[in-house]
Amino acid sequence: MTVSEPKLPQRRGAFIARSIARMIGALEYTAAAEATASKPGLLQFLDPRVKVAGLLGLLVSSALAHRLSVVLGVFGVALILALLSRISWLVLAKRGWAGALLFSGSIALPAVFLTPGRIIFRLPLFDWPVTEPGMAGAALLIARVETAVTLTLLLILSTPWPRVLKALRALGAPVVLVVILGMTYRYVFLLLGAARDLFEARQSRTVGALNAAEARRFATSCIGVLLGKSLHLSSEAHLAMLSRGFRGEVHSLDEFMMSPRDWIALAAFAGLAIIAIWTGGR
Amino acid sequence: MTVPVFEVHNVSYRYREAHALDGLSLTIHQGQRVAFMGANGSGKSTLLRLLDALYFAEGGQVKFCGESLTEERLRDDEFAFQFRRRVGFVFQNPDAQLFNPTVFDELAFGPLQMRWPKQLIISRVNETLDRMEIAHLKDRAPHRLSGGEKKRVALASTLILDPEALLLDEPTDALDPKSQSQIIDMLVGWGGGAKTVITATHDLDIVEDIADYGFIFQAGKVFAEGEPANLLRDEALLRRTNLIHAHRSRHESGEMRLHPHLHRGHQY
Repeated sequence: MTVSEPKLPQRRGAFIARSIARMIGALEYTAAAEATASKPGLLQFLDPRVKVAGLLGLLVSSALAHRLSVVLGVFGVALILALLSRISWLVLAKRGWAGALLFSGSIALPAVFLTPGRIIFRLPLFDWPVTEPGMAGAALLIARVETAVTLTLLLILSTPWPRVLKALRALGAPVVLVVILGMTYRYVFLLLGAARDLFEARQSRTVGALNAAEARRFATSCIGVLLGKSLHLSSEAHLAMLSRGFRGEVHSLDEFMMSPRDWIALAAFAGLAIIAIWTGGR
Repeated sequence: MTVPVFEVHNVSYRYREAHALDGLSLTIHQGQRVAFMGANGSGKSTLLRLLDALYFAEGGQVKFCGESLTEERLRDDEFAFQFRRRVGFVFQNPDAQLFNPTVFDELAFGPLQMRWPKQLIISRVNETLDRMEIAHLKDRAPHRLSGGEKKRVALASTLILDPEALLLDEPTDALDPKSQSQIIDMLVGWGGGAKTVITATHDLDIVEDIADYGFIFQAGKVFAEGEPANLLRDEALLRRTNLIHAHRSRHESGEMRLHPHLHRGHQY
């Protein structure tokens, strides 16, 4: 899968342009994710309920495991699943690993120096002690976060979002929650498109760069316009729901069918999760 | 003439201080194909919403098959379900109407609210997708559809309940000519001509195709009514109600002349 990164303007004060470029990037990313989800591959062939339950089981088992080797083992399983599902490791790295490393690394960093235990070496210049338990704890935290991110990305990249929602519903998530998530997903794209149109309309009538105060004023007015649009749209959507018989109670249709392949996959996921929990204990 | 489906008597409705409808009366009979024509703000969309019991009249009365459409009446579940099944509404903006994650879910929404059995819903959705020639869009998200596809899905999501009366707000608005003709063909063919179809439009080019009776609105009132061909022939009437306009064009002689103008079909 190739996801084209929008070119972000580098000039100072071009934050609106950068935000819009990121919005467009989000739209393109979703399109690319849907394309990956429609490719033939191991995860793509499975019932979404099996994927949600199975990947969630692996995620929980890696979160419960206290041994780094076990967490790395689950991470390895995730990498194999990515390969078999034709999901590029590069995409996983760009979309998940880098950000997760930065986030979990910044949380884990103090523990490397502050956890008491045998000192492995001292940080040059600062002379801060790096301890063995500190390093082990940081590595475990980072490995868990990276594994969780990878498993979540596998689910998103191998399953169209509407089917993830249906699977959540089939697995017992409250119907109101699922409907709200579905409508949010539906309308966020519309409003992103409206925001992009507003920006492009402004850009087409602007010569030179806006100064910071003008840019802020434009951003504020855009927010106001979008709020107005979203309120109007939500009222219209509600009328459209009423018109088709909505009486305040949400109903949904689950149309999944489990095949023998799905049962085998579910058993495999469950087996791996149990092994990880069993062997990952203290 | 047959039984009245909708009776509107001396109805008024306001948006804050602005009068949208002002003492409007009309009757629509079963099987009639009616066009509401009028410039923007003439009250045609508001009337459609009153006919679908989404808004309620501030003054006067709106009746469906002899039953008054009031907030209190619509609180009765049995009446509300019957009414929603019998009257369908296609909104002007398909993005307001398509609020589900996929086209399949969109079509299943109405039947689910009507508590139809699961198997019936699945088979009816598939049948409707085939009949409307949108089966290839089944698993697509509405934000990935073109304008014409969205309109067809919105229409399908209403027709799946097989309503007796269909209300359409600007069904061909912002569509390319091919999508327009697809929508018109669907409307003309729907129900074998036995259903009541009420279309609000300011696109006069489609009126004779989709209606056998027309009302022209102005300032929240019925300004004129009659057979579409007769209404559309009355240039002075169309000009007074802002349905046609005059603009200049250059002739072969190089001379500029002012003409009343309609953008396809009718020559004045």
